[in-house]
Amino acid sequence: MTFENTILTLVMFVPLLGALLVALYGRSADGNTDGIKKLAIGISVVTFILSLPLAVLFDGRTAGYQFVARALWIDAAGLRVDYHVGIDGLSIWLVMLTTLITPIALLASYTAIGKRVREYLVLMLILETGMIGVFCALDMFLFYLFWEVMLIPMYLIIGVWGGERRIYAAIKFVLYTMIGSLLMLAAIISLYLMHGKATGFYTFDIPLVTQSISSGMLMIPIDAQRWLFGAFALAFLIKVPLFPFHTWLPDAHVEAPTAGSVILASVLLKMGTYGLMRFNVPMFYEASIQLAPIICVFAVFGIVYGALVAMVQPDFKKLVAYSSVSHLGFCVLGIFSLTSQGMQGSLFQMLAHGLSTGALFLIIGMIYERRHTRQISEFGGLATPMPQFSTLFMITMFASVGLPLLCGFVGEILVLIGTFTSTTLEGAKWFAAVAATAMVWSAVYMLWLYQRVVMGDVTNPENAKLPDLNLREKVVLVPLVVLMIVMGVYPVYFTKRSQPALDAAIQKTAPVLTRKAEAPARKP
Amino acid sequence: MNTTTLLGGIILAPLVGALVLGLFGKKMNERTVGLIASATVGVSFVLAIMAFVALLGVAPEGAEGVRRLHNPLFPWIEVGSFKAPFNLVLDPLSGLYVLFVTGVGFLIHIFATGYMHGEGGYYRFFCYLNLFMFNMLVLILGSNMLVMFVGWEGVGLCSYLLIGFYFKQQGPAFPNQSAKKAFIVNRIGDVAFAIAILLVFLKAGSIEFAAVNAWAKSLTAADPMTLAAFGLGGASTIALLMFIGATGKSAQIPLFVWLPDAMAGPTPVSALIHAATMVTAGVYMVSRTSEVFVKAPSAMLVVAIIGALTALGAATIGLAQWDIKKVLAYSTVSQLGYMFLACGVGAFGAGVFHVMTHAFFKALLFLGAGSVILGMHHEQDMRKMGGLKKHMPITHATMAVAWLAICGFPLLSGFFSKDEILYQAFVTEAFGHGPWGKILWTIGAITAVLTAIYMTRLMVLTFWTKERWHDSPGHDDHGHDAHAGDGHGHHGLAKGQMPHESPWSMTLPLVVLAIAAALGGYVGVPNGLGHLVGIENSNIVEHFLAPSLAHAGAHGAEAVHHDASTELLLTGLSVALAIGGILAGMFVFRRNPLLKMPRILEDKWRVDELYEAAIIHPLRRLSESVLWKAIDVRSIDGFVNAAADGIRGLGGSMRHLQSGLTRSYVAVILLGAACVVGYFLLQGYVK
Repeated sequence: MTFENTILTLVMFVPLLGALLVALYGRSADGNTDGIKKLAIGISVVTFILSLPLAVLFDGRTAGYQFVARALWIDAAGLRVDYHVGIDGLSIWLVMLTTLITPIALLASYTAIGKRVREYLVLMLILETGMIGVFCALDMFLFYLFWEVMLIPMYLIIGVWGGERRIYAAIKFVLYTMIGSLLMLAAIISLYLMHGKATGFYTFDIPLVTQSISSGMLMIPIDAQRWLFGAFALAFLIKVPLFPFHTWLPDAHVEAPTAGSVILASVLLKMGTYGLMRFNVPMFYEASIQLAPIICVFAVFGIVYGALVAMVQPDFKKLVAYSSVSHLGFCVLGIFSLTSQGMQGSLFQMLAHGLSTGALFLIIGMIYERRHTRQISEFGGLATPMPQFSTLFMITMFASVGLPLLCGFVGEILVLIGTFTSTTLEGAKWFAAVAATAMVWSAVYMLWLYQRVVMGDVTNPENAKLPDLNLREKVVLVPLVVLMIVMGVYPVYFTKRSQPALDAAIQKTAPVLTRKAEAPARKP
Repeated sequence: MNTTTLLGGIILAPLVGALVLGLFGKKMNERTVGLIASATVGVSFVLAIMAFVALLGVAPEGAEGVRRLHNPLFPWIEVGSFKAPFNLVLDPLSGLYVLFVTGVGFLIHIFATGYMHGEGGYYRFFCYLNLFMFNMLVLILGSNMLVMFVGWEGVGLCSYLLIGFYFKQQGPAFPNQSAKKAFIVNRIGDVAFAIAILLVFLKAGSIEFAAVNAWAKSLTAADPMTLAAFGLGGASTIALLMFIGATGKSAQIPLFVWLPDAMAGPTPVSALIHAATMVTAGVYMVSRTSEVFVKAPSAMLVVAIIGALTALGAATIGLAQWDIKKVLAYSTVSQLGYMFLACGVGAFGAGVFHVMTHAFFKALLFLGAGSVILGMHHEQDMRKMGGLKKHMPITHATMAVAWLAICGFPLLSGFFSKDEILYQAFVTEAFGHGPWGKILWTIGAITAVLTAIYMTRLMVLTFWTKERWHDSPGHDDHGHDAHAGDGHGHHGLAKGQMPHESPWSMTLPLVVLAIAAALGGYVGVPNGLGHLVGIENSNIVEHFLAPSLAHAGAHGAEAVHHDASTELLLTGLSVALAIGGILAGMFVFRRNPLLKMPRILEDKWRVDELYEAAIIHPLRRLSESVLWKAIDVRSIDGFVNAAADGIRGLGGSMRHLQSGLTRSYVAVILLGAACVVGYFLLQGYVK
């Protein structure tokens, strides 16, 4: 038990313990929920503080996993599962994003959630454990477990605290996700068996399986690779979501409460792209090269499609939801360029999208709480009653649009460079060129949105007296906006620490696991 | 101070100004705000002079012998082999740009302290204006294409913010609409610029300007003048893509439509951003990468033709506008066309020289127009002006200098620069031997006449004919956007009000700029003319810029002498054209100031309407009816809903809200887990 191998487990499970605390916390006689709200926020803040050493102490020079903890968990009837967690350059910032966004989302929903507050808080905290777990799990069984655990709270948050059509949205969310999950489960089991047959060692261990594949100990025939790739990819691409698997997203976003939307956009969508980078690319490299053109066609189509459909949405939330389809298309494109810049751009775009789109949903929540509508046409001229809101909205908008020196630009340009110079992707230049047009589309829908909501005279008298941001709302929004600027001005801090891990994922010959000592002894 | 950190100081000063004003400006009074804003730009100007002097003192580097000051700041985007550090570099080209941008910028800041007096959001205005200066200077000083792109997009942002400064007004040609249009149209060009950066990185392996130009120089032969030359990958493709980027920022065909609408912003903004500095960024970008362009004669020809046609087309529109700022806006588009004509024929130095002289006289014209608009209580319609000479003598006198300068009146700044461009077009060998040079010269010459006519019309209508302030407005408001003016519900003189001269904070910059507009051309007297009065190599500015720029075709300094007679002949001709145009304008408009022009010109060739009908409207229809309603809602969701209905039919409990939902979900997971466990038990049993 050292600090290094316990801290990650602590970060993962403090929210779960917190959920238990919130559930057991004494009921106040007058039904006042301030106590449990503050408790839940406190727990998520503690989690964030606990996660800070991860970022500070992270060694960015190595591709290997750090803060690793492992223990044998199940070893019965031929089934061997390890509790194996750790983070590398791919997951470190995603974990940080999760621990940052959760307290912000909780604080943002401080006044918005009226019913069943305790259940809501418990679910949010369980959700946090699930999300962190997905990014940290180094055992496929564990990964799958967290993947499912994370879905239930999200599904309930939409289904219970959502808007009018919440049931429809929740079922759609589950349907889509379940199809993917089951396929992924099948693929995981197949991989387990294949690895066992080839090496005599049955394991779900992600670094080990990846290493076996890259070192040639486990040779998967290309046919089988395509099937496995397809099964994993479908699960992940639904989550991304890639066109045409995206239609659950607008409904889920529109119906979910603000905090649900924020977490969905900021973190949950990144599970898909994370999975592609963790499983598909390093494990099925040949299949990745083969199938990349097909996926990239959908990614690029989705980039343009999502933006154009976003442009004509009358509902603020739907507009942002479709813009996510467009942004995440960039992430997928970058991954399948199979270049350093593409992978890095994709990861950076995930983080940037997490900040800017998360902030956009917070912004929507703020005006929804004031007006109880999300119809864009209901607004106009908000700059007059709400100048501070308008300024923060504008910076967020330009971050989303990809203005240089804000976070969105770095990811986009890196994806474009990676795609354009890709040697494995056929027609790479055309993919990049079409994707580049997103610069125009994003400006079209976002600036038009901003014009209709914020600029002009106040035409609807209901908007004339809206109060500007209060302290709580500023505390929620300002850190995100500051980070958007920091990430845009000094992205090297983030990219440098991720680079070795990302490069390892696309360098088929290099061993993925650099810390040999941590590999478990194989069974004879 | 260390000379290398001077460059960082140049960009830092206005950034600090913008931050201070943005964060604390709200509580400051106008005096403090104006002082901070102007002083920071003044500091930049002083530092720019110091850097310029330092530049003259450093030893030339490399084979081309370019003098450079380097100021590396910090690593910005670096992944694998792609490196875009945030570094600044000063060479003759950026040195000249920085000087006049900070100089003119400083004067316009001072002017604006007077012009914006009493406006709501005074601090916000100067915050944006300082932010603009920062971005413009980053654009100029950036050592690589991506840092230039930072400034490039940044000035676009500030342009957006400042056009939309009077954000409360609504309507088709009103500030917030124009601001959005400007940003989006610019972004269309930016896509091409971005792809050019990708292509340069792929081909040259670096996006540092020095490396890019060296790479282009190492290309053995220029491309053939064929359509095939534009195939993916060559210098022509890069050059053409960058030029498309330039057509956005510098308002050339087909992306010029945003600039006239941009006049909805406050007038100092029109002067600084939409005339003197930002819109010349395209010319700067082309000159900055001139080695790439000279290896692509086919792209050069495109640049020259687009430039010439834009110059001509915008001049014809300028002839028919009633709004004083609209005339100047189209005039700017037209003059930018000249600059691209110069670049296209390989005379990058002449293009940059015209950028400089234009900065002086066009800033002066806009500020003069601002002074007039303020004096007329926010009236921009020239039909309601007239006779202002008596009431605004300083404004009139300074504007008259600018008027003569832009017309190409002998011995004023515009004369030297425009004359040089026309001459270089006439003798160009950038596209080999052929008739192109003569054709381009002809278009340029016709434009010169039109320029003299429409500018004379502006002066006549504004200053010289009888007073029309209280006339009932012309009932022919069709197609002009006089109401898009500075943000005041009420404008124009009320009964009994008189126009007044502006305060010193406004007239002083006018006077300084008038001196620059009159004398600024003497740093670039064409060699032929200099020779005539016994001064050899009188074109100091081109000589100074030469190391930074590529040389197209065979002509250069040595070719000038045997062309001297042609040059003098052409000079004589352009003097005649300028004076002829002025006289024609006097003759026609003094007698009939409100002469109606052809409708199609007043309607700006209806290009906006064409774009609306051909692009914007169909795109919106496609997105709404096909992509969203047909594909998303009906096809994909239709399928999903059918599937969902099937499942809902199976598990009736799904309909029973939350508890049912949870139960069925958990059931599915347990079922899945049971399958897995069962499978393994089976597996163990089989073993």
